[in-house]
Amino acid sequence: MSTLAALARLRAVQTGTARRLATVRHCHLSERPMVFIPLRLAGEAAAPLAAMAGTDPAHPRLLVVPQPRDRDLRFAFTAELAEILLPYVEGLQKATETVERRGAEPYERCVDAPQLIVPNRSAVAFVHMLGRSTRFRRAEGPYAVHPSVPVLGRWLTFLAQRAQYPGSALLLAATEALSLHWATGQSALEDANLASLVSWIDPPPGMSGASAAREAEDPLIWPPAGPATDPGFDTEVLAPAIRAYEETRGERAAARVGEAVRSQLEPTWRLMWRAIGLLGTLPAGPGTAARWEADRASFTNFAAQLAEGGPPQPKRDSAVGAASRLARMERARASYDAQRAYDDPLVMAAYRLTGEAFTGTVLATDPDRTEGEGRGRKLRPLLTVRTGDPVRLAPGTRLGTPERRGQQAEVVEITGEQVTLKIVKGMGRGKAATPGAVPEVGERVCYAALADEFQPPASLPAPEDTPWTHGGPPPEHVPEDEPEEEWS
Amino acid sequence: MTGNDVSPAVEAATVVEAVLADLPRHRGVVVDSPPGAGKSTLVVRAAGHLAATGEPLMIIAQTNEQVDDLIVRLAAEHPDLPIGRLSAADYAVPQRVVDKASVGTKLPDLGDPAVVVATADKWAWIGDRKWPWAIVDEAYQMRSDKLLRIAGLFERALFVGDPGQLDPFSIVDGDRWAGLSWDPLQSAVAVLLRHNPDLPVHRLPVSWRLPASAAPVVSEAFYPYTGFKAGTGPGDRGLSFAAGGMRTAYDVALEEAAASGWALYELPSRHTVRTDAEAVQAVAVLAARLLQRAPVTRSERGEHPVSPDRVAIGAAHRDQVAAIQAAGLPDGVTVDTANRLQGREYDVTIVLHPLSGRRDATAFHLESGRLCVLTSRHRHACVVVARAGIPELLDAHPSSETVRLNVPVKFPDGWEANQAVLAHLAKHRVEAAPLR
Amino acid sequence: MDRLDRLRGPVPPRPHDARAIAALAANPGCARRAVLDAAGIDKDATATHLGFPAPFGQSPFAITRGNVFEALVKESGCAELLRLLRELLGLPIPLAAYTDLGDIGGNPSAHLRHSHTRKLIDRAARDSDDAGTLYDHPLLRLDIAGHSAYLEPDVVTFRLGGRFHIVEIKSFAVVDGQAEPEKVAAAARQAAVYVLALRNLLEELGHDPRRVSHDVVLVCPENFANRPAATLVDVRRELAVLRRQLARMTRVGTIVDALEPELTFDLAPDADGVPTRPVAELRDAVRGVDARYAPDCLSTCDLCFFCRDEAAGGGSTDLLGRQVRDALGGIATVTEALGLADGSLTPGEGQEEIARLLRLADRIYAEVS
Repeated sequence: MSTLAALARLRAVQTGTARRLATVRHCHLSERPMVFIPLRLAGEAAAPLAAMAGTDPAHPRLLVVPQPRDRDLRFAFTAELAEILLPYVEGLQKATETVERRGAEPYERCVDAPQLIVPNRSAVAFVHMLGRSTRFRRAEGPYAVHPSVPVLGRWLTFLAQRAQYPGSALLLAATEALSLHWATGQSALEDANLASLVSWIDPPPGMSGASAAREAEDPLIWPPAGPATDPGFDTEVLAPAIRAYEETRGERAAARVGEAVRSQLEPTWRLMWRAIGLLGTLPAGPGTAARWEADRASFTNFAAQLAEGGPPQPKRDSAVGAASRLARMERARASYDAQRAYDDPLVMAAYRLTGEAFTGTVLATDPDRTEGEGRGRKLRPLLTVRTGDPVRLAPGTRLGTPERRGQQAEVVEITGEQVTLKIVKGMGRGKAATPGAVPEVGERVCYAALADEFQPPASLPAPEDTPWTHGGPPPEHVPEDEPEEEWS
Repeated sequence: MTGNDVSPAVEAATVVEAVLADLPRHRGVVVDSPPGAGKSTLVVRAAGHLAATGEPLMIIAQTNEQVDDLIVRLAAEHPDLPIGRLSAADYAVPQRVVDKASVGTKLPDLGDPAVVVATADKWAWIGDRKWPWAIVDEAYQMRSDKLLRIAGLFERALFVGDPGQLDPFSIVDGDRWAGLSWDPLQSAVAVLLRHNPDLPVHRLPVSWRLPASAAPVVSEAFYPYTGFKAGTGPGDRGLSFAAGGMRTAYDVALEEAAASGWALYELPSRHTVRTDAEAVQAVAVLAARLLQRAPVTRSERGEHPVSPDRVAIGAAHRDQVAAIQAAGLPDGVTVDTANRLQGREYDVTIVLHPLSGRRDATAFHLESGRLCVLTSRHRHACVVVARAGIPELLDAHPSSETVRLNVPVKFPDGWEANQAVLAHLAKHRVEAAPLR
Repeated sequence: MDRLDRLRGPVPPRPHDARAIAALAANPGCARRAVLDAAGIDKDATATHLGFPAPFGQSPFAITRGNVFEALVKESGCAELLRLLRELLGLPIPLAAYTDLGDIGGNPSAHLRHSHTRKLIDRAARDSDDAGTLYDHPLLRLDIAGHSAYLEPDVVTFRLGGRFHIVEIKSFAVVDGQAEPEKVAAAARQAAVYVLALRNLLEELGHDPRRVSHDVVLVCPENFANRPAATLVDVRRELAVLRRQLARMTRVGTIVDALEPELTFDLAPDADGVPTRPVAELRDAVRGVDARYAPDCLSTCDLCFFCRDEAAGGGSTDLLGRQVRDALGGIATVTEALGLADGSLTPGEGQEEIARLLRLADRIYAEVS
């Protein structure tokens, strides 16, 4: 917790409303996101009870499993969910653009990608579980399911796995997206309650965020945003309704369960669109487009794999798969952290407070200074910056700057409020600095020890060459289907 | 010591012989080496032993500094052994390595040396050759995904490292791999042994660095199940001051450390920001005072004045390191985080206790490896600076760690290790005098 | 210990089950909780009477699920469990006797049932045959701050040769080898309570307590099926924590001695058990023992809403979480921290540094937002 974020929380307590933690939006927001609110039967790992889903705030689709312990009804639910989700993702695969690449064939990338928004982290975990429980199903043989079910499972798995990449926006948890941009006057733990978080950010007229947030904790006023339901609701409303359905198996009894879960889902449905509206009030940060591009590429790739009939995602990563995924996730993390700071002075502020970054005014420059002789001669301009920030950087530290993203500078010396820097990268090959490449005297600049560049990791062995230290080559691919897998 | 006991030197030599004898018999041999137990000596010895067979050897270290250190020691012990060093293009050859190894970015640049040394990161880019032998140094600090990238390069390997130090880490959440035998965030040794549980694991039994005053404390707190002893006896090491003191609390603390090997310089209890100005100043003043007192060490290596480069200051966080640097230190004194002090050795260390001034302990603060690194770098004395109240903090610490299935439990527990060290330090407590 | 009885009032102490004992480690720094727990006070009833009922409830679906799964594992003399143990421990267990220690007829007292368990466990410990024995519903005992707590018998003890294993049956799923870490942790903490109680029992009977393994057998449904799967869980860490917390409980006397002599949390229930104690009076009594509120309490302590309200009333920075509190370097209230940040408050001794940091944060925040 940075002092800055702590201070923002204190101010929120004082004023009764949330304080901004960002000046721009750091997650891509689709023009047509799909909101998905799943409910799970208590005590089960992945037994869906109900869900509300859709892309139109005025027309949510309600999906209900009137007896969640019934395997056939569960798969009917997933088939119905597939009817909603699959057309959405397939529709987005149609429009593509050609991407030129240096040293490689150009390729086609979808111009847009799906964005699934769920209420919270637990819902993301549920998406993962639902994907796991459906992607190995088969459309033929014993325990056959509708052919769309395993396809849905693979898409859900893809989205849930992609959500583990920092900065990805294909599957967003509303509470996390909001907490990234606002500080409330309560703890991070309480921020996991969507109703209470939204109340802090956007309290109803005539009410403070603080008191609205307290009210939002009452499950009778604001039902939980799922996937867990309120135990009181389970006891008093849901259990009798399911029992009645169990006895008659009729339409009316099913409708009773439906109405019961609708009462729990509708308030959250409205809340979700309010959350999306709140995020939409912030202008998009420059880095979101680049990260969305990576999301689109990943979406395009996965759609192609699926079309080629590849096997479902394995249950767990192989040794090589795990190492390769870790490298990609670490790269995403580093670049996400750096991009947010460079995109947003309020994010950068936290680094300034700890002395890892500073802003100041250029006092003097030596733009045409060079190092080396002959062909090795390079432009290495010096500049001196005056700053009021508490700089804690050792000489030799590499710095980047939001004003000139391609450049890198090195700390030469710090004396009192003056920092002397040497630009060591991004000066080009010319004999003199191009205009604007070196900051002018009097210019406001910001430098930070954050790099948005990465060293490509060394290659990994092919899976069949997994060394003895890591268990040797994995066994030949065995289908991981478990059609006999019985549901409770 | 009873008459039946063998000397520490003999005991250690027996283990080394057993390691060398095991090398041709197994695909992998692991050697656990507690702080200062002669890990580098073993690596150099094993390198000579393997090179003598005429088969080429690759040595893998984790940082450029470790590579350079190894080259210097190899060259000193085996002057006739041709050594190669692989490095990145922008690596500047330090003076101490010049003429001791052929340096290049690719194997063909090196000629054909008997031994090639490089970092794990560098080795990952070198393909097209299979080495009959490898030595992996600091293998417990190496993440297993790095080993995966290079394990195909060798047929057999000796893995050497200290299991008590800091575990490798990642900036991302690695939960998805929890419980997997090849979890990429586990150490290279953990993954190796999980797939090859029958490989021999040897333990170096003697710390040549830690004095008799420190070895039992560190051994009990951080190596409770394996243990090690000091290579020197209680009277074999001494620290004294050639210049007189002024009976300030700093002097008392330094004298306590000189006499007993430990001192706890205790500031009044208070919750503070991480860069607690009083604690930072106390650390800096202690370092300055230490050198003003013209310290002299006496040991099996003879009598030597303690120069600034033999003094180190350790802290948990980078901002604390920066604050201590900014507080003004004698030139040449090292100040760094626990992560970066791993594997290093000094005569005297001054430690800012990770829990000093904290109201709540986090997993980071309690990680046993952090305190282990900080309290096991010294040959003579260690002065710990802390605010009072750490026992109360530990006492009130909630135990809410989550549990992952099929993940081996790691010992020692950070809480217990912290308690053990504090209990010992309490015997060497010196109350800080009011500042100014 | 009659001081603790007076604190509680004329009702029997609330029995500590393994879950309650395991929860002792959740916030050991809280004196309020320590005193209420040591005195066996019904915190849930106290919180409800104060107007801050605890936010915990269990769904009937979860309870049913748990019962169904346990019944399945124990069907036909634990046949399924035995199969799992064979696979897990890699032992050729030809057959195993099944003994239900809860089955002694009538409605025996806990003390009687415990004696029965004692007798049979003693016999089992003396036996050294190779056949396994499963003991269902053992009633174990653990001393908590001088009181004997009888532990709810929802566990199976398995003896094979000279060793005992605690078997814990839980209905959360293990999917692809992993389960929710919080749930596994809770199960491990509870199992550690049983391991310790069984070890104490063996020791009392003159046997080697180490014959109770620190590896407990966790039985859970596998993947999405009802089929049980067993995993060994090493509870050595949890055992160490538990020992620490039990030792602390015996020291609660020092806190109690410092309390006002007439202080009591008696709810003064009437003949129907309805509390009649004036709420304001009870509130003052509870406030008489310091709490150490942290947001984590919201998932572990019945009194959480009361303590949160108290912290909010005092403008405490504890409300915002341990991390925020730590970042504020020990500044206790929101007003004080904000006063230091905007410069309206002169920092006290030892506050200069956090004041400088807060002022800088305030300046930068104003500059960029």
